[in-house]
Amino acid sequence: MSEVIWGLATSHVPSIGAAMDRGMTAEPVWAPLFEGYRPAREWLAERTPDVAILVYNDHANGVDLDIVPTFAIGTAERYQVADEGFGRRPVPDVVGDPDFSFHLLHQLMDDGFDLTVFSELDVDHGFTVPLSVWTPEPRDAWPCPVVPIMVNVIRYPQPTAARCYALGQALGRAIAGYGGARTVGILGTGGMSHQLAGQRAGFINPSFDHMFLEAIEKDPEKLAALSREDYIRQAGSEGIELIMWLVMRGAMNAEVRKVHSAYHVPASNTAAGLALFENTTTRPAR
Amino acid sequence: MTSQSRPDLPGTYVFDGPTSRRGHHMNKLFMSLRKEDARAEFLADQAGYCRRFGLSEEQTTAVLGRDWQAMLDLGGSIFYIYKLALMDGLSMQYLGGVFTGMSEADFKAEMLAGGRTDV
Repeated sequence: MSEVIWGLATSHVPSIGAAMDRGMTAEPVWAPLFEGYRPAREWLAERTPDVAILVYNDHANGVDLDIVPTFAIGTAERYQVADEGFGRRPVPDVVGDPDFSFHLLHQLMDDGFDLTVFSELDVDHGFTVPLSVWTPEPRDAWPCPVVPIMVNVIRYPQPTAARCYALGQALGRAIAGYGGARTVGILGTGGMSHQLAGQRAGFINPSFDHMFLEAIEKDPEKLAALSREDYIRQAGSEGIELIMWLVMRGAMNAEVRKVHSAYHVPASNTAAGLALFENTTTRPAR
Repeated sequence: MTSQSRPDLPGTYVFDGPTSRRGHHMNKLFMSLRKEDARAEFLADQAGYCRRFGLSEEQTTAVLGRDWQAMLDLGGSIFYIYKLALMDGLSMQYLGGVFTGMSEADFKAEMLAGGRTDV
C-alpha cells in the first residue's frame, strides 16, 4: 500500500523558470526567492518518492477553450514539455506512470469524481516550474515519474475550493489503496495573490496570503469554505489558483508537520509562496 | 442562479461563459500564435489572418491596433492575449502598465515595492 510522504505547495510563475533557465537566480531581484526555496529543496532531495502527483492548471498550451475539463488526469507514459510560443524550456520531458494513473482514475470515479482523461498532454510552465522548484538541476530526468491532475482555474466558474479539498481527500484514499508504489509525493501549485488584467492588475494581498499559508497547514477546512468570489476578491482573479493547494492538502493527513515555508513579493506580477509538509500520522484526512 | 451571478468586482475581469463565447474566435487566433509558422503567416497579413479566424470588425481593429484593453473588453482571456504580446516581445508587466495607466517601468517598480496592495 502507498503512503503520501510529503506535500509541496508552490507558485508556478513562468519567470521563476525563466530565471533558472537563464542563470539569473543569484541576481538581486531573484536571490531572496531562491534562498527561500533552499531548505525545502535540501529536505526534498533526501526524500525522493517512488512516484509523484502534480496538481496544476494549463495556460492555453496543452488545451484551448474548445474543451475545458474541470478536473482531468493524464494517463500517458510521457508528457512533452510544451512550446508556449518562445521555445520549450530546456528541461526534461516528464515520465508518467500509466498504471498509477489508471488506478487513481478508477478509484476516483468510484468515489464520485468523474475525471476527464488525457492520453496525450503537453505540459506547460504550470507543471514544469513546480518541478524546477522541487528539483533545480534535473539533468536528464526528473527524480521520479509524475502523474498530472489538471484543474480548470481560468474559465469561470472554477470548481469550488470545497470540491478541490474533497478531491484531494478522495485522492488520499485512492493512493492508500495502491499496491504499485511505496511512497508518493504530491504537489499543489499556483498562487499566491495576483491579478494580471484590468485596473486591479498588480494586486497583491499579503495578509490574505499569510492567513492562507497558516491555514493550509492547520485549518484547511476554513479555506475550503471560501467561495470562488472570496478568492477572486481577496487573492485576485488569478489568485484563485490557490484552490489547487487544497487538492494537495486534502490528500494528506489531518495533521501535518510544516517542514518549511517561504513567501516573496514579487515574482513578476505575483506573490510567490512555498509550503512543504510532512505527514505526521498514518491516518488520511477525512 | 444565472451567469449574471458572477462577482462584480471593479477593475477585475472574470472570464465567464458569455465572455468566453464573445472572445472565442479571437482567443483561437491567439492560441495559434504558439507556432512559428503561424506567427510568420500572421505577420505577413494580419487583417487576412483575423478574417480567416472569423474575428469581428471590432476585434480585428483591436488586434491590428494592439489595443490590449479593447481585447479584454471584447472577450479576450489574458492568458491568450499574452500570446500576442509575447510575439511582439512585450511582457506581462508591460500589459499591467497598459491596464493601469502606468509605464512598464512604473508598474515594475510598484511590484518590486510589494505590489498594489490598496486596489
